[in-house]
Amino acid sequence: MAMAEKRNGPDKLSGIGRARRRFLTEAGALAGGAAVAPYVHGADPPQARAPATSPGAPATSGAAPAVTHTRLIVNGRSHELDLDPRVTLLDALRENLRLTGTKKGCDRGQCGACTVLVNGRRINSCLSLAAAHDGDEVTTIEGLGTPAAMHPMQKAFVSLDGYQCGYCTPGQICSAVALLSEAEAGAASAVTRDVRAGGPARLNPEEIRERMSGNICRCGAYVNIVAAITSVAPKGRT
Amino acid sequence: MRAFTYERADSVDAAISAAAPLPSETKFLAGGTNLLDLMKGDVERPVRIVDINRLPLAQIVELPGGGLRIGAMVRNSDAANNRLVRTRYPLLTQALLAGASPQLRNMASTGGNLLQRTRCYYFYDASFPACNKRNPGSGCAAREGLNRIHAIFGASDKCVATHPSDMAVALAALDATVEVRGPSGTRRIPMRDFHRLPGDTPQRDTNLEPGELITAVELPPSQFAAHSHYLKIRDRASYAFALVSVAAALDMQGPVVREARIALGGVAHKPWRVERAEQMLAGRRLDSAAIAAAANAAVEGAVPLADNAFKVKLARAAIGEALETAGAMS
Repeated sequence: MAMAEKRNGPDKLSGIGRARRRFLTEAGALAGGAAVAPYVHGADPPQARAPATSPGAPATSGAAPAVTHTRLIVNGRSHELDLDPRVTLLDALRENLRLTGTKKGCDRGQCGACTVLVNGRRINSCLSLAAAHDGDEVTTIEGLGTPAAMHPMQKAFVSLDGYQCGYCTPGQICSAVALLSEAEAGAASAVTRDVRAGGPARLNPEEIRERMSGNICRCGAYVNIVAAITSVAPKGRT
Repeated sequence: MRAFTYERADSVDAAISAAAPLPSETKFLAGGTNLLDLMKGDVERPVRIVDINRLPLAQIVELPGGGLRIGAMVRNSDAANNRLVRTRYPLLTQALLAGASPQLRNMASTGGNLLQRTRCYYFYDASFPACNKRNPGSGCAAREGLNRIHAIFGASDKCVATHPSDMAVALAALDATVEVRGPSGTRRIPMRDFHRLPGDTPQRDTNLEPGELITAVELPPSQFAAHSHYLKIRDRASYAFALVSVAAALDMQGPVVREARIALGGVAHKPWRVERAEQMLAGRRLDSAAIAAAANAAVEGAVPLADNAFKVKLARAAIGEALETAGAMS
């Protein structure tokens, strides 16, 4: 779900969002030859390259790539996909399943905008091949809650203003949800005083900042992000 | 990204067989956190991907005598938080948690972490023509270029890159062994011999042969759990590679050091053990004079480049702080 859309008027903005996505889809199709995977980034031969401004290049470089059959269980629904093996989990979610809540930021594992939960664990979906997740259970921001029935972490981000433009927010929220379960299971962090001790982790601001360091916010909403996560963390553990 | 064939291996033997026909053009895919990144950048160009994520190599088991065997597919976050690792090798836990981000640690594997490639800008960006590691014989753009993050030890005319792993620095200090398997059987490689110095062949990061698969990392019993510390210095507080890191482990009898282990990260093409400094500490009282002497000895022979002389001073200070922190623990 997109927080900014909710706050600023969902009808107007989501209409723009649809138009933009339609434009991108057409631009991808115009690049040509994208039968299996329209959005595989990369270094194909120049004649096969999409324009620099398009979101990706088509999946044709010489021999036709073999197709991998992949079953993904996304937000509780099973999907059977035939994919070019180069398709990342991020692109499969966005382009094949049209779950555009998960965002593509850097596409290189440096920003965390693409964070989703796979079998309950947070990962960067941009650095993972969809084919490697055959049979896995994926939870995206759309699966955590809906505008009508928000996840407690989504509610906290809205009520404590844990975002500005909203682009990194789905990744931040997925990451924060995983952070709480990791802390509950006793996971240590780089700022944990003595990693030899076990038990559920304390979630003071220093710990939350370190545990959220894989999610970059270019608007700099960090103070409110920490506040939102603190408000959902178990009382007495912060 | 260039086209490749994808197959998933369901046994170690099947993975090795799958790589055997084209060992140099095949890549084993574990977490993918570095490999996919480099494939997107056209630095790595495998024609065949063998997915090893489902191999039964994700166990951590106790070895007779008190050591530990960490399967190659144990994720960094799982290795870091394993109870036996945390209590017996807290240095390894600290090093693992100092690396990357929680998301990446959930993906990255023990074997893959060892095979991370350098973060030298000139290697990582294929639009730079000169990089002997990426394109042997093309030259080294970093030697005369921006070399702030580069090596101060063990570099060559051909390459001044550093190894980016934190985990490997702790494993070097703890005298771990890497178990690898290939078409001609199983080998065990001590950590100190696993990674290479660049010399004339910087394209080779490790002594792993093409087609060989890392199956496990083994740790010997450790006397260092009570006194160890991993200190990582970087440009921001988290989620960045080390400018300098120090893995310090001490076996203490009261105030006296029985044995010391010190390895440095971010300063060489491989985790950099400083045996001379270790030997200077053995049998000595851990006071500020002993720490200063060891830290000075550790950086002797450093050869800084135009932009990274600060690393010599930083390494010396970081060694001092890591030893002090390790000594003060209980």
